[in-house]
Amino acid sequence: MSKATLERGINALKEQIDTPTAAFFSSCVNCGLCAHACLFYTETCDPAKTPIHKLEPMRRLWEQEYTLTGRIRKWLGLGKPITDDELEQWSELAYQNCTLCGRCSMVCPVGNDITYMIRKLREGLSAAGHAPDGLIGATTRAVKLGSPMGVTLKALEAQAKHVKEDSGLDIPFDVEGTEYMVLLSSMEIINYPEYLQAIAKIFDQAKKTWTISSEAFEATNSGIQIGTSDIAAELVQRVVDAAEKLKVQTVISPECGHAYMAIRWEGPNLIGRPFTFRVQHILEVLDELREQGLLQVEGVEDGRLTFHDPCQLVRRGGVIEQPRNLMRLVVDNFVEMKDHGKMNWCCGAGGGVSAIEEAEEVRLKAFNRKKKQLSKLHVDGLVTACANCRIQIEEGLEENDMDMPVIGLTEILANHLVEKETGGGSSA
Amino acid sequence: MNIEAVLLWIRGPGLGLALGIFLFGMAIKLLEIFLLGRKKNLAAVRSSGVAAGFRTILSRSLPPDGNILRRPRFTFIFGYAFHIGLFVVMFFLAPHIEVSHALLGLSWPALPTPVVDVFTIISIIAMMALLWHRLTSPLLKYLTTPQDYLVWALTFAPLLSGYMAYHHLLLPYTWLLSIHIGSVELLLILFPFTKLTHAFTLFIARWYTGMMAGQKGVQS
Repeated sequence: MSKATLERGINALKEQIDTPTAAFFSSCVNCGLCAHACLFYTETCDPAKTPIHKLEPMRRLWEQEYTLTGRIRKWLGLGKPITDDELEQWSELAYQNCTLCGRCSMVCPVGNDITYMIRKLREGLSAAGHAPDGLIGATTRAVKLGSPMGVTLKALEAQAKHVKEDSGLDIPFDVEGTEYMVLLSSMEIINYPEYLQAIAKIFDQAKKTWTISSEAFEATNSGIQIGTSDIAAELVQRVVDAAEKLKVQTVISPECGHAYMAIRWEGPNLIGRPFTFRVQHILEVLDELREQGLLQVEGVEDGRLTFHDPCQLVRRGGVIEQPRNLMRLVVDNFVEMKDHGKMNWCCGAGGGVSAIEEAEEVRLKAFNRKKKQLSKLHVDGLVTACANCRIQIEEGLEENDMDMPVIGLTEILANHLVEKETGGGSSA
Repeated sequence: MNIEAVLLWIRGPGLGLALGIFLFGMAIKLLEIFLLGRKKNLAAVRSSGVAAGFRTILSRSLPPDGNILRRPRFTFIFGYAFHIGLFVVMFFLAPHIEVSHALLGLSWPALPTPVVDVFTIISIIAMMALLWHRLTSPLLKYLTTPQDYLVWALTFAPLLSGYMAYHHLLLPYTWLLSIHIGSVELLLILFPFTKLTHAFTLFIARWYTGMMAGQKGVQS
């Protein structure tokens, strides 16, 4: 990253302002409805956390640079210039108090996509040198080591070895011409290696060819969370190069919300060209296998279970029905939270928040929203499809003395696969 | 200069001037928005997003889940009451249709005056309630800027003065009519340069939000 200055920040922010942004700012009447859609406001009642207010420096820059009245005011010396201190102050609102969950964008009566703009504001803040240290660290590790958590190929190979010992299945590395290329998140490699074993079992049963690239296995993209498009593009490019080198048909984004957003929706726009391969979330792949009768499961879960929608996968990613189809496959007593699907409440740790140390307190406060949802539901367990949501929910539940298992959807499906030789199933 | 002459000016050159500024200002406003442009989406979309965009334009006019009593109730109830009331008065009061007929040659059936009266009173009460809410709610007090009060006053003045003029309340009719038309002209003049533009730009905002979400397969 070149040297961050206020001037760079303002220029980066100016570049972000486009037609939708101008239409959005022209339409806001300060009605405050977005606040009620934001868990950072509802759980703190701090009006500064109103989503549209998190954009105030950007709104003023738009007004001063791209409107007639704003320009006249600026020319007359009446405009209040954007200062470095101000951006520093707003950094806390835009990074620590926003998970880019997109719920505000669903309720705004004038139809503003506020989240779209906060993603843009982060470009300016990071160029001005006001990104949080935690995200700068993660991004630096992602660029240098290939993983925001510093997870190396060696660590992945060790997990692959465990899978082999456990299940007898090989994890194929760098195989050319396979149907699928699997990406993983560092969080999964370290905390939830069950995922790797689960897909190995599922693809083995479905007789699908797949591989992992030793050059690009990391799915997460810190460049997007921090708001530095050139870094985000570099991280996407690694995956694109690997997928094209291995000539795979489909790249699979793992159980991680923002990783899907990054590669599926932002990816081609970041590198400036459409992909030559398909990108699917693992749940899209599994639901396709289900439709084709290639996902043979048996037995059902005993308890009452619910599904937590990862925001970037569902509301901002469009994978809404697939998790429900898959849940019903192995869960008899599947119940939905009152606000679910595209109106779900965020776990409180997405969009980079979990990587910011200073955000720990507010992140756990924000979790109270999920806690309230879960208390009403009286469930025995929660299923989700994002390692980041999962770790936040586990931590939140522990903090609130709520004893409830949290499990990944892919993993739960793998637990119910019809066993090849014996024909006997297992239950989780 | 007597009040009759004032009214004559307001109804003639004054109205032309206000309409001219309004149209010119709105043209600039729309240019300011559209000249910025937007990058083409290169991701493989699930749909063009066109249908989703139009659906969002409509759906955001309706309360979420079709429930007008949802929280925050105050904002929803009085927000709808004010906007619906204002719409009815603006477009279905007989004298307003006559103005449209005189200026544009367009006319349509009016609603009976007592009906329009009810909507006017609803709108006036709702606007006062919304102002009170802005002045007392900690959230809204925090968000509110001086311009929010300005646009409230610019909208309230024609509503109140129009009601008073129609019913010959307090002041002589000529005075009231002058104030009414004058306040409408002030509203028109300041419209393109304040957040009153939301009445038009919200369609652009909803379109982009709905279209972009639709491309990802989400009905926003």
